[in-house]
Amino acid sequence: MNLMDLTAVELGKKIKAGEVSVVEAATAAMDAIEAREEAYHCYVTICNREEVLKQAEEVQKLIGDGTLTGPLAGVPVAIKDNMCTKGTLTTCSSRILNNFVPTYTSEAVINLEKAGAVIIGKTNMDEFAMGSTTETSYYGPTKNPWNPDHVPGGSSGGSAAAVAAGECSYALGSDTGGSIRQPASFCGVVGMKPTYGTVSRYGLIAYGSSLDQIGPMAKDVTDCATILETIASYDPKDSTSVKREDYDFTSALVDDVKGMKIGIPRDYLGEGLDPEVKDAILSAAKVLEEKGAIVEEFDLSLVEYAIPAYYVIASAEASSNLARFEGVKYGYRTPEYEGLHNMFKKTRSEGFGPEVKRRIMLGSFVLSSGYYDAYYLKALRTKALIKQAFDKAFAQYDVILGPAAPTTAPKLGDSLSDPIKMYLGDIYTISVNLAGLPGICVPCGVDSKGLPIGLQLIGDCFKEKNILRAAYTYEQNRDFAMCDLSGKEDK
Amino acid sequence: MANVISDETIEYVGILAKLELSEEEKEQAKKDMANMLDYIDTLNELDTSGVEPMSHVFPINNVFREDVVTNGDDREEILSNAPESKDGAFVVPKTFD
Amino acid sequence: MSRQYETVIGLEVHVELATRTKIFCGCSTAFGGAPNTHTCPVCTGMPGSLPVLNKQVVEYAAAVGLATNCTITQNCKFDRKNYFYPDNPQNYQISQLYLPICRNGHVDIEVNGRKKSIGIHEIHMEEDAGKLVHDPATGNSLVDFNRSGVPLIEIVSEPDMRSADEVIAYLEKLRMIIQYLGASDCKLQEGSMRADVNLSVREVGTEEFGTRTEMKNLNSFSAIARAIEGETERQIDLIEDGGKVIQETRRWDDDKEYSYPMRSKEDAQDYRYFPEPDLVPIVISDEWLEEIRSRQPEFRDEKQARYKEEFGLPEYDIDIITSDKKLTDLFEACITLGAAPKEVSNWIMGDTMRLLKENEMEASDINFSPKHLVDMIRMIESGAINRKVAKKVFEAIFKDDADPEVYVEENGLKTVNDEGALRKVIEEIVENNPKSVEDYKAGKKKAMGFFVGQTMRAMKGKADPAMVNQILKEILD
Repeated sequence: MNLMDLTAVELGKKIKAGEVSVVEAATAAMDAIEAREEAYHCYVTICNREEVLKQAEEVQKLIGDGTLTGPLAGVPVAIKDNMCTKGTLTTCSSRILNNFVPTYTSEAVINLEKAGAVIIGKTNMDEFAMGSTTETSYYGPTKNPWNPDHVPGGSSGGSAAAVAAGECSYALGSDTGGSIRQPASFCGVVGMKPTYGTVSRYGLIAYGSSLDQIGPMAKDVTDCATILETIASYDPKDSTSVKREDYDFTSALVDDVKGMKIGIPRDYLGEGLDPEVKDAILSAAKVLEEKGAIVEEFDLSLVEYAIPAYYVIASAEASSNLARFEGVKYGYRTPEYEGLHNMFKKTRSEGFGPEVKRRIMLGSFVLSSGYYDAYYLKALRTKALIKQAFDKAFAQYDVILGPAAPTTAPKLGDSLSDPIKMYLGDIYTISVNLAGLPGICVPCGVDSKGLPIGLQLIGDCFKEKNILRAAYTYEQNRDFAMCDLSGKEDK
Repeated sequence: MANVISDETIEYVGILAKLELSEEEKEQAKKDMANMLDYIDTLNELDTSGVEPMSHVFPINNVFREDVVTNGDDREEILSNAPESKDGAFVVPKTFD
Repeated sequence: MSRQYETVIGLEVHVELATRTKIFCGCSTAFGGAPNTHTCPVCTGMPGSLPVLNKQVVEYAAAVGLATNCTITQNCKFDRKNYFYPDNPQNYQISQLYLPICRNGHVDIEVNGRKKSIGIHEIHMEEDAGKLVHDPATGNSLVDFNRSGVPLIEIVSEPDMRSADEVIAYLEKLRMIIQYLGASDCKLQEGSMRADVNLSVREVGTEEFGTRTEMKNLNSFSAIARAIEGETERQIDLIEDGGKVIQETRRWDDDKEYSYPMRSKEDAQDYRYFPEPDLVPIVISDEWLEEIRSRQPEFRDEKQARYKEEFGLPEYDIDIITSDKKLTDLFEACITLGAAPKEVSNWIMGDTMRLLKENEMEASDINFSPKHLVDMIRMIESGAINRKVAKKVFEAIFKDDADPEVYVEENGLKTVNDEGALRKVIEEIVENNPKSVEDYKAGKKKAMGFFVGQTMRAMKGKADPAMVNQILKEILD
């Protein structure tokens, strides 16, 4: 039995039952990293093996004395490198944070630690989560475990690839415009972005504050619900955190969608969508229909306006959020400079990569005097209209179904040359962030190149349970098993 | 209508964003920004008159702290990542003329 | 000079609020800690940290707004003001631009008997920056974030002032209001109140405003007065020489009595404000506003009217007592303890003010308990001590907050009320001064004073003057 083939919940059960020790689980994870990391490069930082094993022993003790009883106790986890972890390098895959060791841990990770998670490393990502391929990382690209010539998607590409490659049992990602769902789609894993405000952003290094949300990336829907149940909390340290009544997400793991109303936006099936992806999505819809869901197509509208609105809002927020990186308090400082402003400029110019600079400049421009109304306010008004369109849709449907991305994973090096083309890849995910909605991506097939296809299910605000139930039902009734490629070389 | 970004604009944005670009980077940035703005201008097709700009998606308000001291002295930690520090303070090139 | 100019002045006044903690984190606002000892991830701009608003800041800001006749923005929010400077850890300041908490207010001032209303454009909440200190050893600057995140309100006036006198009167008025509210101690020297002066000049009779400059670094009322004079002169000279005033921020150098431009070309002054996504809007309901309103203290104007009406104090007394929150607090506490208003007023006006002056202290430095003053007044009334002794006792109260009963006892200052003993002393004095007895009998009133003085001297001041008078009369008549 390869422990890394198990889902997080399965592994957690074996640990709880005493069949597997926490140290054995951690060792399996560290061995898997050792074996495959060279091929995939999922991590920016791999935790020191001794320290991981020490942590594992401590968790084992707490499980033994009955302190830790949760389903994830003792299970090894990887954290996206934009979440602060006390004492562990946190880079956002940027040169500008190449030596930043946080003095505190992000709230979502604290919640995992309280549940007995064993952290094994920090995963690679697009620099400051800006990108859709994980190629903008200062520390080199991550490769797709299904085919290392292809990208894993992004920005949480390291987390998605680590789950797919069995280099961890599950991972945390963050999603600002699709950064969990799209790499989940490309890597054949399950990824979920909760309703904005469900998981605390405290300690998440901000990209677009009004859009960022942390979420789980895992082997199946059960893991996803279990992880979300663990990391979600009301946090007084995050003013945008929402006090929810329903944190029992696993209660939605029911194989039944009878009477559930599912809408497929016609706008999601049009031009630009790869026919193989379209077929897989429609087949998935069939599976749910056969299980008793009422599936129909409808016009969502405004889909093409989500991306331009998103780039105005996210870039504007990013230009401000990333102003703090200037070589005074932490991170990289240019070795040679003349005076204060030159130090700022050189540090930032050397510290940030091209995509980050592009967005900071765009964000600075759209906020600058004379353009604020034309660009920023226009984008916020568009956002309001997009939200209204979803409100209208959710008056009709419990779940919106569609692809997570228009294509399967592109080849390494094919995307960065044309930014707008890359941005268009986020067309099905981005509006979900603008409207604050929950969305989940579940594998629904493999294309002729052997690359996975992801099904996206979108719910109304605070209706995670609807999409978890639909995703779980689909997963139980699809005619293939996914996410079993872990260690396919050494099996 | 196609946007054209002037040298002055890129220079100005560089000052705002505290970024120093090489000539080559500037040319690329002018092109990229013009393309992006053309793309963003598609928003003008939308009639948004009378629509309130939405910054927060949920109508949550009044999230407060009580006025109670909760933090102690964490100076060593706060300074632990500083590229340069002296006498408990962060060091920067001179700011006074 | 042939042309006549007038100066047009508006003020931006920053006031540090008297909260215990910073505006967005639980760090102490206490003054004077070692560098960076009152800091945390939030107020040093650590990646991933998030702000949470201190409720007291909203209450203080709204209270100041109500006291300055503003309309309270019941649906207000914060914005980010983006600019790079190393005292600003996030390189943006959380402030308010689009929906400031208070708008359209005014305060009334009086200069040389002329009353005038000064408009308040808005009051907004924001965070203070850290402190930069020059390090002479290296030529670098050192950054201390202890003040970073200390809550401020910025009170922006309309350009309604025309002279330094009006500016000072306006500032005094604001200071009084805010001190009465307890929202800040408003000390210019310590920087808890700071004023930036927006100044322009125009020819008398013109409607249009001239181009204004903004002057910073004004640390005292006298510096403000000098800066207004200096900058007015600079602008008039410039215009007279055919030049133009440039809209810019200038730093007042009080030693050179001249202002200098502050910004370089690296500062675009384009702050790219946008709504702060990390904070949610503030909704001040009617109920909450009413609650804040109901807690408003009695302000100076109201107190002055009441003191006149209720206690019949002279205007001069009222003016001095209400000139400082500490003095009115002291006065009212004494009245509450049952002392006679005029008597308390006399002790404040006389000995208290004298001792403050002699010791170069401010009213805010007073630290004796009202009870001790009242106890002392009671001892005077009961005749336990006389007024001359009381002056000495009061000095001990003022200096050490001495308990008058204990002090009088320990120093043997109690008035001798033993009539027999006193009569004996007086009889002796009368016997030894037959000449004065004759004078008295001849109707010379001065003789009485002589006997009283002699008696008090013999009694070392501890005799009850009323009793002395009575016994003297009995013996002499």
